[in-house]
Amino acid sequence: MELRPHVSIRNLNVFYGNEHALKNITVDIPQKKITAIIGPSGCGKTTLLRSLNRLVDSVDGVKVFGQILVHGQDILDPKIEVTEVRKKMGLLSQKPYPLPMSIYDNIAFGPRLHGLRDKKRLDEIVERYLREVSLWDEVKDRLQAPASKLSLGQQQRLCLARGLAVEPEIILGDEPTSALDPKSSQHIEARFLELKEKYTIVIVTHILRQARRLADYVLFLYFGELIEHGEASEVFENPKEAMTREYIKGTIS
Amino acid sequence: MDTSSSSLSQSQLSQPLPSDQTAALHGQPQPALIRLLQGSRLIKDKLAAASMLFLTIGSSLMIFLIALQLYQRSRPILAMKGLAELLFSTSWRPLRGEFGFFPFIMGTLWVTAVAVIIAVPLCLLTAIYLSEYAPRMVREWARPLVDLLAGIPSVVYGLWGILVIVPLIKNYIAPAFGTFSTGYSVLAAGMVLAIMIFPVIIHVSVEVFGSIPYEMREAALSLGATGWQTVKYVVLRKAMPGIIAAVVLGLSRAFGETMAVLMVAGNVARVPSSLLGPAYPLPALIANSYGEMLSVPLYDSALLLASLILLAIVLLFNILSRLILIRVERNIQ
Repeated sequence: MELRPHVSIRNLNVFYGNEHALKNITVDIPQKKITAIIGPSGCGKTTLLRSLNRLVDSVDGVKVFGQILVHGQDILDPKIEVTEVRKKMGLLSQKPYPLPMSIYDNIAFGPRLHGLRDKKRLDEIVERYLREVSLWDEVKDRLQAPASKLSLGQQQRLCLARGLAVEPEIILGDEPTSALDPKSSQHIEARFLELKEKYTIVIVTHILRQARRLADYVLFLYFGELIEHGEASEVFENPKEAMTREYIKGTIS
Repeated sequence: MDTSSSSLSQSQLSQPLPSDQTAALHGQPQPALIRLLQGSRLIKDKLAAASMLFLTIGSSLMIFLIALQLYQRSRPILAMKGLAELLFSTSWRPLRGEFGFFPFIMGTLWVTAVAVIIAVPLCLLTAIYLSEYAPRMVREWARPLVDLLAGIPSVVYGLWGILVIVPLIKNYIAPAFGTFSTGYSVLAAGMVLAIMIFPVIIHVSVEVFGSIPYEMREAALSLGATGWQTVKYVVLRKAMPGIIAAVVLGLSRAFGETMAVLMVAGNVARVPSSLLGPAYPLPALIANSYGEMLSVPLYDSALLLASLILLAIVLLFNILSRLILIRVERNIQ
């Protein structure tokens, strides 16, 4: 497998007050692959994901050191425009949070933020991305209905489409199927496998089987430390570290 | 009722008791005692439910009882004069038997409107800052201090109005507009009232903002929205029903506030003609006159009618806001 780095994380350290949440992480995230961050809960998976789009910034008392390079540009540089960083990363959170507006406006929200006003272009964008997450046929007759009227699974696909509509390079998924029923989870997983043709995808998951199904590349975090990383087949079949082996076997969690 | 409760206790008895109770009763089962204990628990439960129901009914009926009483006592004047004349006549000459409430109604509306217009934007910005921008330290200090404003007695606000706001209007604001004002004015009353309703509106708004899941903001932020865009398009939208409720709470307080307003409004029984002119709101009229001029025929009845009108205005606004709320909630989900 040929891996070209898309995001290069260098000596990343994150502190919440005195708590050292991420310890000296250095790793490359490959382009147009699905990278799964696995590890027990509370070990910094979500923090790592949130560092990538700088949502960690909004936590009170957080301190971030190190570099995260995207196309050679350090996105942790305080001089950089944080909205531009976030625009490059579509985020899918644990539970779907549709914005308090219609289905149409949810998708159009991002493009409108970035200055698009042309009604026809917006219509095209809404249709295109709803199709991309295969939601179009289910909602095309009620685009003006409140997004909260959709089922959870539909809402999660809507949120995915909303993220895609700002044309990100990277999709970040924070346990994106954990609130969904098996059918809807399958739906989202299938979308991810399609989307990796065009996007770099990073997901946090605590479901090992999901990581096995989806991931090309795996990072195993344990209490803020990056224990092991590598191609998924390698890490799952032939883990180098004892800790990884035990986690995969299920003896530590 | 009785049969169902006894069958309930029977079925509870047939279930195994928790271990400590079984241990205590070991060797000598006493179903009668247990039934008694069970029975008294159930009786207490029923008693509690019944008394709470009674209190609930009592407090929700209170509004009707008060309205009824006010209506009863204002019937003499309603029998003498037409309602339209009472509501819309501007002539208030109790000694001649002329009771036009229009100046007072307008006084109440003007003063309240000014207070709300001043308070709402300031309160919203404060609440947005406290909930969305402020570091935790600032929030923890500022919120209780704002809440403390609610504890200041009304008469203190009135005095403060006389000492600060009235001279401010007389010496600076009125001259700046090239007019003369004694300072005792609609504006003075509105400003004092605005400050009095600050804590209500700020407190409720902050609570409402706090109830919006953080992830919703993150959703907007992760699409590249700035903090302000997130507030404007997501937080405020989602919070709108709650904000309306907050404003209505403030409004209700403003309508009824008596002492502070009475001290700075000027109390001239004329329809207010400018912000810098005096007003005479209904609560001030009632508080100023009740018990003093009751020898004048119909005066007592007129004042109770004034109370009834005040109550009606407050109720009307509450109902209106309820309707708006339902509409808004339907539109924003």
